[in-house]
Amino acid sequence: MSEPILSVRDLSVVAQVEGTTHTIVDQVSFDLQRGEILGLVGESGSGKSMTSRALIRLLQSSRLSVSGGSAILKGEDIFTFDERAMRDVRGGSIGMIFQNPSSHLDPVMSIGKQIAESIRFHKAVSRKEARGRAVEILRQVGIPDPERRYNAYAHEFSGGMRQRAMIAVALACDPDILIADEPTTALDVTVQAQILKLLTDLRDTRGVSIIFITHDLGIVSQICDRVAVMYGGRIVELGGKREVIGSGRHPYTAGLVACQPAEGHPGERVRTINGQPPRIGHMPAGCRFHPRCPRVDEWCSTVCPDLVTSGPGHQVACHHPIPHTPAEAAT
Amino acid sequence: MNRYRFVLFRPFQLLPVLVGISIITFVLIRSIPGDPVRVLLGPRSTPGAIERIRDQFGLNEPIWMQYFYFVKNLFQGEMGRSILYKVDVLKLIATRIEPTAVLVTGAVCLALLIAIPLAAIAARNRGSAADHIIRLVSTAGLGFPAFWLGIMLIIVFSVQLDLFPVSGYGRTFVDKAHHMVLPCLTAALALSAVLTRNLRASLLAELNSDQATAARARGLPEGQVFWRHVMPNSLVPTINLLAINIGWLISGTVVLESVFAIPGMGQLLVRGIFTRDYMVVQGVAMCFALATVLVNFLADILTVAADPRVKL
Amino acid sequence: MTLARTQTARAGFRLAFGGGPLPLYLGGAILLIWFALAVMAPLLAPYDPIFQDGTARLQPPNSVHWFGTDNFGRDILSRIVWGARIDLQIALFGVVFPFLIGTTLGSCAGYFGGWIDTVLMRIIDVVLAFPFLVLMMAIIVILKPGLSSFYVAMALVGWVSYARLVRAQILVIKSSDFVLAATSLGYSHSRIMFRHLLPNAILGSVVFSMSDAVLVLLNGAAISYLGLGVQPPTAEWGIMIAEGQSFITSAWWITTFPGIAIVTLAMGFSLLADGLGELLGVRE
Repeated sequence: MSEPILSVRDLSVVAQVEGTTHTIVDQVSFDLQRGEILGLVGESGSGKSMTSRALIRLLQSSRLSVSGGSAILKGEDIFTFDERAMRDVRGGSIGMIFQNPSSHLDPVMSIGKQIAESIRFHKAVSRKEARGRAVEILRQVGIPDPERRYNAYAHEFSGGMRQRAMIAVALACDPDILIADEPTTALDVTVQAQILKLLTDLRDTRGVSIIFITHDLGIVSQICDRVAVMYGGRIVELGGKREVIGSGRHPYTAGLVACQPAEGHPGERVRTINGQPPRIGHMPAGCRFHPRCPRVDEWCSTVCPDLVTSGPGHQVACHHPIPHTPAEAAT
Repeated sequence: MNRYRFVLFRPFQLLPVLVGISIITFVLIRSIPGDPVRVLLGPRSTPGAIERIRDQFGLNEPIWMQYFYFVKNLFQGEMGRSILYKVDVLKLIATRIEPTAVLVTGAVCLALLIAIPLAAIAARNRGSAADHIIRLVSTAGLGFPAFWLGIMLIIVFSVQLDLFPVSGYGRTFVDKAHHMVLPCLTAALALSAVLTRNLRASLLAELNSDQATAARARGLPEGQVFWRHVMPNSLVPTINLLAINIGWLISGTVVLESVFAIPGMGQLLVRGIFTRDYMVVQGVAMCFALATVLVNFLADILTVAADPRVKL
Repeated sequence: MTLARTQTARAGFRLAFGGGPLPLYLGGAILLIWFALAVMAPLLAPYDPIFQDGTARLQPPNSVHWFGTDNFGRDILSRIVWGARIDLQIALFGVVFPFLIGTTLGSCAGYFGGWIDTVLMRIIDVVLAFPFLVLMMAIIVILKPGLSSFYVAMALVGWVSYARLVRAQILVIKSSDFVLAATSLGYSHSRIMFRHLLPNAILGSVVFSMSDAVLVLLNGAAISYLGLGVQPPTAEWGIMIAEGQSFITSAWWITTFPGIAIVTLAMGFSLLADGLGELLGVRE
C-alpha cells in the first residue's frame, strides 16, 4: 500500500472544566489512504466530530485543546504548525463539509463569492479567474445554471442544493481531504442518496480522500471503504467495511449493527444497546464500554484494552472479542 | 429586483399612519385651552374680527368639516402663518431644515464611526480590560443627558480650550461645519452608547456562529472572518436599532438646538411653544413625524439591501 | 407551576446565596444610596435648598459649600440632595403609569387578537411616528407646564413600548406548549390570561422598565431643562443645569454636579436592568 495521505497517531483532546481536565478524545490513531473514504462511526458524544475538528485545529470551545499526538499530512506533522501554516491547511489541504449547511454558510454573502473568497485567499489569482473557477466548481457539484447561481444566496437554495453549495465551498481550493461531518443527516432520503453519489463521484474523478462522520451504518456500508468505530473518545474497532460491519468483533460494533432496522423484517422489534453512552467527567475506568457490555468480566473494568490487530487490516480493542472463526474462538 | 417591490406599495400602507398623524396634530391644536382665533389674532382681537376669522377658517362648522378643511389645506401646502415671524409656516420650516438635517446625519455618521470600532475591539477581546472598560463606559453613556453632555463639551472645548464656537450656526460652509462639530459629537456620543452595547452583543453571537466557524475552516484569517462575515451579519440588526432610535435622536436634537442655539426646527418648536405660536408647533410636529416615517422607510430599504433573506 | 414562577423562584434562590450577577448588586446599591439620600434629605442637606444667601453667590466648591453655590447663593449640594426626591419620583411615576397602561392594552391585544389588536397596533404606529419628546412637549403645552402634566404626557406616550413588548411576548407564549395544555385542561380565558400568560410576559416588561427608567429620567430632566417640567425655584437636576448654563464661563460647578447626579442615578438603573436581565434570563 502506498504512503497514506494522512496519518493520525495518538490524537488526544482534553477539556478543562472548572479546574479538572477531562479527556474527550483518547489516543486515536488511524491512516487515511489517497482516494479512500473512511467512515468514522459512533453515537453522539463519542468524540467523532471532536476528532475531525482537532484535525483542522478548530475546536468548538477555548476550553478544549489537543493534548498530544501527531497528524502527518503529506509528510508533515500539522500539530506542529503555527497559525499561519494551519490556515493553508484549512481549506487548502482539508475541506470541511458541515452537517447544517443553512447555518454554516454566510447568509449575506453570495455562494459564489464565498467560494471565490477562499480561492483568492489560498491561491494568487485574479478576481476574474477566481470567479471563473468558482463557477466551474459549482458546475462540478451539480448545481444547474452555475453562472447565474454564482450570485445566489444560501437561503435561495433548496436543502440538497445548499449542501451541494457547501461541498463546493469545501472544494474551492482543491483539497486532498474532505471531512464530511454528518453531511446528509438533515436531508431527505432521496436527496441524501444524491449527495452520497456526488461524494463518491468526487472521490472517483478528483481522487480526494474523505473522512465521513456519521452514526448511520447504512450509509457507511453504502459508500465507505474502511470504518473506524468510536466509543467514549476511543477507536474500538477499525477495519475494512466488510469485516467491521459484516463480522465486527467488538461487542459495541455488534450492538450497533444489531440496532439497524433490518430490511425485509417488518414488525420485528428494533433492538437497542442497554444503558447510556458515558458523559464527560463520568468516563468509566477500564474499557469505556464495560458497563453496557454483554461480554464483561472484572478484567474489563480495570484495564483498558488497546487496539490490537485481529486480522488483515482489522484492529479491535477488546479483551473478549466476538469470535467469528474457529481459530478466533480458540484464542 | 422584486424584493424591492415594497418600495412602491409601502407609501399606500403608510396612509393610515399619515392620517393618524394628521388627526393627532389636529386634535392637539384644537385642545389648546382658549379660543384659537383669539390666540391667532393675539391682543388685537375685536369681536368683529374674531367672527370674521371664525367664518374664514370654518370654525363655525362641525368638527369633522374642520378636519376636512385642515387636510385640504395640508394638500395645498398650507399650514397657516406664524404669528411671531409673520411668514408662512411651511416657508419658515424650509429655512430651518438644513441645520437639523446636518445635526441628525452628522450624529448618525459619527456615532457609527465611534460604535463600530469600539464594539469590534470589545467583542474580539472578550473579557479583556478593554472589553470591560468599553462595556462600563457604554453602560454609563446610556444615562448621560445629551444637554448636559453638550454643556460639558462647551466648557472644555469652547470655554477652556477655545477650539469651537460656544453656539450658533454660521454662514459659510466651513463656518457651519465648525459650529456643528460639538453638537454632532454630543448627539453621536449619546447615540453610540446604545449602538456599542447592542453591536457588541450581536458581534459576540455572530463570532460563535456556525458560519464564522465555517469561514475559519476555509482557512480565512480571523481578521477577514470578522470584517467580511461577522460584521456584515451583525450590522443588520444595528440598522434596525438606528431606525428605532431615530425618534429619540430627533428628540435629542430638539434639546441640543436649545443648548447650542442652533437655528433649526427644534429651536423653532421650542420657541413656538413658549410664544404660543401654535401653527408653527403644529407644522414642525408634523414635519418631524413625517421625517421619522421616512427614515424608517429608508431603514427598511437598507435592511433589504444588507440582508438578502429579508422580504418586505 | 408557571414558567414565570419557576424562573423567579430560581432567581430568588441564586440571589439569597449571593450568586446573582455583579451588576445587580452594584445597581441596587447605587439606587439604595440615592433613595436613602432622598428620604433623609431634611436631615442630610446642610442648607435649605431654596434659601438665597445674598452674601454667598457663585462660590466655587469650598469647605462650607462642598459643591459651591449658584447665582442666587443657593447651596448646590443641598439642592442636589433635595432634587433626588423629585428625580426619583420622576423615574418612578414616569415608569409606573406607562407600565400599567401598556401591559394592560398590550396583553389584551396579544390575547384577543382580531380588530382590537389591529386598532391598537395602528395607534402604536402613529404614536411611534412622532419623536417622543416632540409629542410630549405638545401635550404638556396643552395641559400647562409642570410636573403633573409631565406624568400625564408620559403616560399618554410611554405606554406604547410596554404594549408592544407584552403583546409580542404573549403571542410567543400563546403558542407555547403549556398554554395549549392549559386550554386543553379546560381552564377559562381569564384564568389562562392572569395565571399563566401575564406573569410570563410581565417578567420581560419588568426588566425593560428598569432601562426605561433611565430614558424617563433623562426625558424628565430634558423637559425641565427646556422649562416645561419642574418649575423654579424647586430643586430638580434638569432645571439646575438649565439655570447654570448662563454661567458656564465663570461657574462650571452649577451645571457639572447635577449632571453627575443624573448620570449616577441612571447608571444605577442601567446596571440593575442588566443584572436583572441576566438573572432572569431575559434579553432585551
